[in-house]
Amino acid sequence: MSELTGLTLKAAIEGLKSRAFSSEELTRAHSQAVEAARPLNAYVLETPDHALAMARASDGRIARGEGGPLEGVPLGIKDLFCTRGFRTTAGSKILEDFTPTYESTVTSNLWRDGAVMLGKLNLDEFAMGSSNETSAFGPVTNPWRARESNQQLTPGGSSGGSAAAVAADLCLAATATDTGGSIRQPAAFTGTVGIKPTYGRCSRWGIVAFASSLDQAGPIAKTVEDAAILLRSMAGHDPKDSTSLPAEVPDFPSFVGKPVKGLKVGIPREYRVEGMPEEIEKLWQSGIAWLKDAGCEIVEVSLPHTRYALPAYYIVAPAEASSNLARYDGMRYGLRVDGKNLTDVYEETRGHGFGEEVKRRILIGTYVLSAGYYDAYYLRAQKVRRKIADDFDQAFQKVDALLTPTAPSAAFALGDRTADPVAMYLNDVFTVTVNLAGLPGVSVPAGLDSKGLPLGLQLIGRALDEGTLFSLAGAVEKAAAFKSKPERWWA
Amino acid sequence: MSETAKLIKGATGDWEVVIGLEVHAQVASRSKLFSGAAVGFGAAPNEQVSLVDAAMPGMLPVINRFCVEQAVRAGLALNARINSWSRFDRKNYFYPDLPQGYQISQFKDPIVGEGEIEVEKDDGSSFTVRIERLHLEQDAGKSIHDLDPNWTYVDLNRAGTALMEIVSRPDIRSAEGAAAYVKKLRNILRCVGACDGDMEKGNLRADVNVSVRKPGGELGTRCEIKNVNSYRYIQQAIEYEARRQIELIEDGHAIHQETRLFDPGKGETRSMRSKEEAHDYRYFPDPDLLPLELDPAWIAEIQASLPELPDARKARLMKDYGLSAYDAGVLVSDGARADFFEKAATGRDSKLVANWTINDLMGRLAGAGHEIQDSPIPPEDIAGLVKLIEDGVISSKIAKDVFERMWAGEGRPAGIVEKHGLVQVTDTAAIEALVDKIIAANPGQAEQVKAKPQAIGWFVGQVMKETQGKANPAAVNQILKAKLGL
Repeated sequence: MSELTGLTLKAAIEGLKSRAFSSEELTRAHSQAVEAARPLNAYVLETPDHALAMARASDGRIARGEGGPLEGVPLGIKDLFCTRGFRTTAGSKILEDFTPTYESTVTSNLWRDGAVMLGKLNLDEFAMGSSNETSAFGPVTNPWRARESNQQLTPGGSSGGSAAAVAADLCLAATATDTGGSIRQPAAFTGTVGIKPTYGRCSRWGIVAFASSLDQAGPIAKTVEDAAILLRSMAGHDPKDSTSLPAEVPDFPSFVGKPVKGLKVGIPREYRVEGMPEEIEKLWQSGIAWLKDAGCEIVEVSLPHTRYALPAYYIVAPAEASSNLARYDGMRYGLRVDGKNLTDVYEETRGHGFGEEVKRRILIGTYVLSAGYYDAYYLRAQKVRRKIADDFDQAFQKVDALLTPTAPSAAFALGDRTADPVAMYLNDVFTVTVNLAGLPGVSVPAGLDSKGLPLGLQLIGRALDEGTLFSLAGAVEKAAAFKSKPERWWA
Repeated sequence: MSETAKLIKGATGDWEVVIGLEVHAQVASRSKLFSGAAVGFGAAPNEQVSLVDAAMPGMLPVINRFCVEQAVRAGLALNARINSWSRFDRKNYFYPDLPQGYQISQFKDPIVGEGEIEVEKDDGSSFTVRIERLHLEQDAGKSIHDLDPNWTYVDLNRAGTALMEIVSRPDIRSAEGAAAYVKKLRNILRCVGACDGDMEKGNLRADVNVSVRKPGGELGTRCEIKNVNSYRYIQQAIEYEARRQIELIEDGHAIHQETRLFDPGKGETRSMRSKEEAHDYRYFPDPDLLPLELDPAWIAEIQASLPELPDARKARLMKDYGLSAYDAGVLVSDGARADFFEKAATGRDSKLVANWTINDLMGRLAGAGHEIQDSPIPPEDIAGLVKLIEDGVISSKIAKDVFERMWAGEGRPAGIVEKHGLVQVTDTAAIEALVDKIIAANPGQAEQVKAKPQAIGWFVGQVMKETQGKANPAAVNQILKAKLGL
């Protein structure tokens, strides 16, 4: 592959600006890489012609001295973002042939700033999964493999396509979404940077909904600075999303590289979970040491309700999903399977259209909202959610951010956990708390485990304080000096 | 005071019917509750459907401030508590005309809490109905089953339209009382502009909860009659349903809680679904919407902008215009009537104006099936007619003739009087001459009147006959009395 695909987003933007290469060249190189990497199954839709047209338009603007902050940079778009005129599937058979007539706010913001779309990225069906194996279009394969092994690994999920594509240089950066860890866990599994911003930072308008009160868009990128650049374009208040925050978008990239001396970083003791590999504990200690060296004060804190987060999450998220997915009924768009009567049409359509994991969550969600169970499950989970948010509030009285591992393991083999949903759900143990509290969280690659697989550290910040997170993440990134790349075994 | 029961006779004695209503009033808004799509009557099917209304993937609701304001207006007009914090919930069920698979409604925390209104019945009595709550919700689309033998068609124009559901306490005790309650509610909603009250278009419809009990006994099991959209049907449905329940109980059966439909053709209700078949709606707070928080200053602003409400206007019409409670009640039952009256009554004999408006004009309009807004006679002309009477230019009797000509479109009252020479004869010399002539021609009658003064009416009649009714009756009486020495 050409070295153009090896560039960071930042370097590409500079190269385009200085006319070292054109957007057309940059885009062609990426489209070729995408085509060559089909064995990874990262893209569910490749749009090379459209990309080329966008690139040429960008070149025109650059030539005229115009253009936005992302002018001419080719990106991958998670197939949960509706794209006008381009099939948007949410990784589901029920939307296999669905082409929106509208563009999501986040992607509109990217095109407004000059970005180029390479195609749509694979994901777990309706973003429900932690391994990308629930996709109706087949799993994504992690570009990373353990040393001396040909075993296919998961890139994590649900934004597995986004993470794999960034790790394998199939785009300069990608959009992703995170409901319980779907940006951060895949980032950790692929040696990339992923940030889930504060709930409400990015508009949810035009993103296929999974769990409305938890869903949040964010970038997956090669570096902290790249993530900051992309998030700056993605974020912004949107009157079409009532939960979007009417807050100014700070110049996120300017926070990267800022000194972190004097910042207080909390280490939540409840995140030391049983059965966590020693290597992850070790990595965590390294992270603590790096931040100390950078001048941070390390403080042990307690988030006492952490152990209730996962159960609460797996009540709230399915409850909302069961209602959000009711619209896929075969009446107006998407898959329709005919039947003898109306009920039959519903059952056939939804029975054929949804995969096992989606059905499982719809069933759980329907159950926990049912008369007689609502108080015991949904209402209780909401109370737990409040407690978890209170825990964070308490902690943030004392510290500026928290440092934790991103996931309790490195990437595991495809097929390894599909038989045991609970084992799969445990992947989210360090990430769901952040969604429940609506806080920003970033995963930074911090090292390799003994098998040569990437591991990530997570930083959690105060609401709307992504800036501090970018500074701290930048410090971790610098200290970790993570430069490893997966071998290109697929091309 | 709740309504005095009108007891129904059964085989085992008297029964009391207990009624509560859930009225669905469409908010008079040009756009929908959570989308910018237009609301309008008569658009082609699926012409007024936005991406949000069609529940396309990734679409989100945004609350329409105008609709919220109308709900607050309605709540204030119902003397109800406005909840400064309320919330929208999802009511989940599958149906083809419900694109989202849920209706956005307010379940636990409605925008308006308890209130009450005073309801007047036709017999002049009045009673209080307590309002339990008013909440905002989306309407569904329309399923059309009769266009094709095998297919159902769906029109989503109505989907997402804003409704106010107004729930009463079971304070009503008769079919007439229920109709009177809906009339009063409609009048109030129209007065504040929150709903146009057009029942024919379905913009105001009622679910009627009916149960029966022995007077003063425990409340019976209720049945809910869905979607009744006229006063007449409301009454028929209640009468039928009460009778049905009484017969069942008297025959030893139990009433089962159920939802029923009223069939206007047959005048009966029939079962739609039992309690057991009822949906589990799985209500939960809509995570796409923030709680609705109202600024007290904004509520105060809305309060200050409310027009005079029907009850206050009635009191004022009685006080300022000296009208009877009945006349004032009739006029304020529709704000347009009261407006008409007040325009016509300015500077005129208000009781006369009320009589002409209520008895003559509204009588004729009702006969023609029109409302006062459609009146061919403007208020200025009723005022003109009354002025002619006040000034003695025409008699009340002639005025009836003039009114008929006004109704027929002959023009303004003064012009009609002039054109047809209907001016009353007040020239005393002319009347005196005529009286002299009649007395002279009827000496016998003149003698009788002297003995029996009430017989003077015969002479009055003769004078009127001679003048074709144009003589001023007061002048005629006065002259006759003088000439006859009474």
